[in-house]
Amino acid sequence: MEKFNKYDNIPAEKFRFVKSTDFTHEKKFQTKPVGYFQDAFRRFSKNKGAVVAAVIILLLVLFAVIAPFTTPYEVSYSDKNYSYVRPKNNLFANTSFWDGCQKTETSKLNFTYYYAMGQETGHNAVKNQSYTVNEAGLYEFRLDTYHQTGVIYKHLSLEEYRAIQDYQNRTGIQVIYPTVKIEDRPKALQDSDNANYYYKTTGTNKTRIEYDENGNVIPVYWTYAEGETSGKYRDPSDGYNSLRISGDEYTLDGKVYKYCYARTTSSGVECRINYYEYYTYYHSDVLKDGITEPYFLFGTTGAGKDILTCLSSGARFSFIFAIVVAVVNLAVGALYGSIAGYFGGKTDLIMERITDVLGAIPMMIVITLLKLHMGSSSQILVLFLTFFLTGWIGMAGTTRMQFYRYKNQEYVLAARTLGANDFRLMFKHIFPNAIGTLVTACALVIPSMIYSETNLSYLGIINLESGNITSVGTLIAAGQQSLATAPFVAMFPSLFLVLLMLSFNLFGNGLRDAFNPSLRGSEGS
Amino acid sequence: MYMFKYVMKRLGLMIMTFCIIMLMCFVLIKLLPVVITVQQGQDANIIVQRLVARGYIQNAVLNPDGTWSYDRVPILIQLYNYLKRIFVNGDFGVGVTMPAYRGASVIEVFAKNLPPTILINLYSTILGVPIGLGLGIFAALKKNKWQDQVINVIIILIISLPSVVMGIIIQYFLCFKWNLLPQIMNSGYDYFSWSMFKSMLPPVLALSLGSIAGYARYTRAELSEVLTNEFMFLARTKGLTRGQAIFRHAMRNSMVVIFPSILSEFIAVLSGSLIIESMFSVPGVGRLYLNSITYQDYDFFMLLSGFYCLVSLLAGIVIDISYGFIDPRIRMGAK
Repeated sequence: MEKFNKYDNIPAEKFRFVKSTDFTHEKKFQTKPVGYFQDAFRRFSKNKGAVVAAVIILLLVLFAVIAPFTTPYEVSYSDKNYSYVRPKNNLFANTSFWDGCQKTETSKLNFTYYYAMGQETGHNAVKNQSYTVNEAGLYEFRLDTYHQTGVIYKHLSLEEYRAIQDYQNRTGIQVIYPTVKIEDRPKALQDSDNANYYYKTTGTNKTRIEYDENGNVIPVYWTYAEGETSGKYRDPSDGYNSLRISGDEYTLDGKVYKYCYARTTSSGVECRINYYEYYTYYHSDVLKDGITEPYFLFGTTGAGKDILTCLSSGARFSFIFAIVVAVVNLAVGALYGSIAGYFGGKTDLIMERITDVLGAIPMMIVITLLKLHMGSSSQILVLFLTFFLTGWIGMAGTTRMQFYRYKNQEYVLAARTLGANDFRLMFKHIFPNAIGTLVTACALVIPSMIYSETNLSYLGIINLESGNITSVGTLIAAGQQSLATAPFVAMFPSLFLVLLMLSFNLFGNGLRDAFNPSLRGSEGS
Repeated sequence: MYMFKYVMKRLGLMIMTFCIIMLMCFVLIKLLPVVITVQQGQDANIIVQRLVARGYIQNAVLNPDGTWSYDRVPILIQLYNYLKRIFVNGDFGVGVTMPAYRGASVIEVFAKNLPPTILINLYSTILGVPIGLGLGIFAALKKNKWQDQVINVIIILIISLPSVVMGIIIQYFLCFKWNLLPQIMNSGYDYFSWSMFKSMLPPVLALSLGSIAGYARYTRAELSEVLTNEFMFLARTKGLTRGQAIFRHAMRNSMVVIFPSILSEFIAVLSGSLIIESMFSVPGVGRLYLNSITYQDYDFFMLLSGFYCLVSLLAGIVIDISYGFIDPRIRMGAK
């Protein structure tokens, strides 16, 4: 108001006469015209929360598009020996966070089991072989889940056996370790196939470990005297001509004794191999699938699937699926709503009753009936039909409402007077008014669909996991089963879902406000 | 009188919709192949005769090669039989394939499974309504101050949390990490013992957090709109204190809109949340429904579909009708 009170008394020389030519009625606007979408965009970008949400959505979409290409793993990949492997990032290898390790507190027996692995192979299951003993006598250490498997007994054909020896000679990496006689393996049934007991054990119900006077385990490798050809235990005929571990080849009573690296079986040999190195060898040398070593940024599921790959592929599938469904819903809903809204009267009444009934059927019942009828072979089609059958009604309602609002306005009458036909009136003149609301509805369809898909997968009503397809919901369901032991399996997909829902909520609100012309200018005040 | 006519009309429409949906369900279900499972040591003849007696199949003949051949009873006749049994005997069918309920009366099993679902939703409503309304009112009174913003952030966070994730968070922290509550709900029928109540808490919390956020958001929006009305000025001008004005005028007016939504939500939650029920192993209707899908037990499926359908239709109609009572100018669905 102070602007107008600049002069108490306006001096006479400030006044002058107006000429009639001062008014130019036919002048073009000098300012740039602002279109509907431009205006909406301008108002949207003023809403900081919505912009941040849009950026997050963009990042999530980028994650879904790009991440599957950055990992060497496929969705169909799984390795039972690496199930529930903790998330690991090499950048954090020396910290106690995101290092693929699990904080463990256990008895001496279990601790020795893991500690001895590192002593034999140098692949430390106990991280850095460092541990502390607490007051209760329990051992506290960080268990490296990547080396937890240790060594396993693996049946190999002779060709594979030789190929691994070649690999060992070429790279100098020890894969095969000396084997143990069947008599010397643990007596307890549950551990008799466990290759990690390369040392003396006792006990028939529960395996116990024998220690020497220094408190170390006593290796019981299978040995044979060089040159000995007869006898029950022998190296396989073609022998082992590769790396030997330290302590191999010792002399006793004038004979040279060596460790035995394989046990001959009916179909080849049985070897004690270090699984970590075998995995590296197998993937880089045999399969050549781009996997150089076990390295899971987000860890693995109980089936040994890479969570990062599954999550990003699942997200990509969800996004594509949601967009397709949204577009189909939009097309059908807009057409239906346009017809109902434009013609009104009896047409509208009948069409409304149809959508009333269809819309009242709970989605759960729709999907169940579809599933029962279509079998479990075409889960994606079932899901698509369910979302379509229940989804287009909302779009139709929105369009119909907009048609009712605009169809009797003067500009429509003017267009009709000028000879525009029904089709032109509907889609050229009235429908564009509904676009704003429909775009918002469409944007909100995407998270609601991912949400429903998650719920349905979780409940086991649909199962999208087949071949190279998986979904976020399937992952969450798998993770919930191992919540107590491996919470990270559920954590990553849940985090993704929460971020997605949160940002879509904010984004949708922003979009709704932006497309609402009645709010124009209200932000400034 | 006009109101009565309006309510009757809405109810009639609802019943019509319900009948059409159930008819569609029935026909679609009966188009599916009949599931005949014969257990070890059971006489196939008895099973087939039972199905004949229930009117699912007819002309069952044992072929020389040991297979059975039969004709389907026409669906309309089956529908007639089904409806007749329901209305004359109150018989909704028997369980066929679900191992736990083979041969059991469907309606009895349903009645047995209903209490846990209802109790859990009742508790979550009892917990949710006061807290939700309280938060909403508080936020509306402190509009645009920091308290309001904090509440807003919490509300949007909780609303964005899918119930799967909410359940997982509650299960992980309360049940595993801190070991405060049991992981799954007790089975058994003593619903009012302390240990049962404690085991109900995780699902109750998971359900109520979502509705707290919903109520709070709704209340805040409604109340803050009412607070800007001019009759509030009048109330203050005639000498009421701020508290009096808010409680006697603003609250009463906003409740007019909020109350129907609470009522409808209460009806809607009767059907429970399938997710929460299956996550916390609640022995309720949700689990029964999921099992009826897995085992393709059609009599159970029909009854439970009807239940869920009715509940969702009722929840919708309650809002419309109560609007009509509260503000006779509003006629939802009327032209």
